[in-house]
Amino acid sequence: MKFTKLTLAAICALIAAAAMADKKASETSPSEDLSVYRDYFAKRFPGVPLNEFGNGVYSIDRVSRDSWEAIEEFPPYEPMIEAGEAFWNQKFANGKSLGSCFDGNPAQRTNYPHWNAERKMVMTLPLAINECLIANGETALNYKKGKIADVLAYMSYESRGQKINVEVPDDPDALAAYSAGKSFYFARRGQLNFSCAQCHMESAGMYVRTDILSPAVGHASGWPVYRSKWGELGTLHRRFSGCNKQVRAKPFAAQSEQYRNLEYFLTHMSNGIEYNGPSARK
Amino acid sequence: MRNTARWATMAAALAIAIVGSGLPLAAIAADTDAVAFGKQVAFDRKKGNCLACHVMDDGESPGNIGPPLIAMKARFPDRARLRAQVWDAQVANPGTRMPPFGKHQALSEKEIDAIVDYLYTL
Repeated sequence: MKFTKLTLAAICALIAAAAMADKKASETSPSEDLSVYRDYFAKRFPGVPLNEFGNGVYSIDRVSRDSWEAIEEFPPYEPMIEAGEAFWNQKFANGKSLGSCFDGNPAQRTNYPHWNAERKMVMTLPLAINECLIANGETALNYKKGKIADVLAYMSYESRGQKINVEVPDDPDALAAYSAGKSFYFARRGQLNFSCAQCHMESAGMYVRTDILSPAVGHASGWPVYRSKWGELGTLHRRFSGCNKQVRAKPFAAQSEQYRNLEYFLTHMSNGIEYNGPSARK
Repeated sequence: MRNTARWATMAAALAIAIVGSGLPLAAIAADTDAVAFGKQVAFDRKKGNCLACHVMDDGESPGNIGPPLIAMKARFPDRARLRAQVWDAQVANPGTRMPPFGKHQALSEKEIDAIVDYLYTL
């Protein structure tokens, strides 16, 4: 019975994925995609409220949720939030600080990623942080872990409860960036030939050995993440890179155009869900 | 004493059967080796890693993304078809989630042969 249900779900996933992926990217609008995507997960996991998906696999698995809730009582990322706050307040050599680039407000999560029409590119929060540092004569940070993850943890913590609301403007360049992210998401890659969607859409809730594949809706909400596997905080692009390596594909650089476009698409697909980073994951 | 005699008779009968079947003993040993090698490659996380998605044999904590690998000979009477599934399952099913182990050279041709030998015992 369980198997039949899963098989049916996989077939539905194929149909939904095909509806989104097989048409030319320009044929469906981002808002149409969002509605197909949300409906798919709502049908796949009936009774799970949209916002719950921000908790990843713990939104659909009772057993791992219990141990996760215990972890979140004494969050392993707490010291990093404090370190990030110190970094936020730290004065640059020129006397300014990070706040000077963000109107003095660390609660910036909801403003990123966004389309920058002048520069014709997707702006992400880590990129904005590094550009601020460089503009003020400071050294740019590594994009995957360490100080950038700390300051993102602080800014995300201050932003908790803000709703994801990534708008894709009716601008051919913005739509092209969105479509590139969408194509990345649905394209098979690597020696193992998996797309993001095959694992986290078609197979969401199924087992890879003892691991349950998390549903992709809400994937953009909880960053940076303290992963037990890492034993430290990491950024969304660090995870993209890890996923690409797992399918034996050459990863792109963190904050590369490819990953920024993917973040743009993926975050749009999580619209309506609250930002809840930093978070802890297995 | 009686038992010993019975075993000896059985062993002799088996030996005659094997010789009579035209299978040299060395070939049987080689097949067993191939099956064991096939199982090893199938279970190795860095090789076939079949258990990631399939219930099979005595493998612990299998995934459930692919169908259970049972009665393989009955399901794939044509050995070449089974081998083709391992080599590139996308040919038969463009939407498959199974990696194309042969096409992408994740496994050698010899390893795929051994996996098929092993699968045929399931």
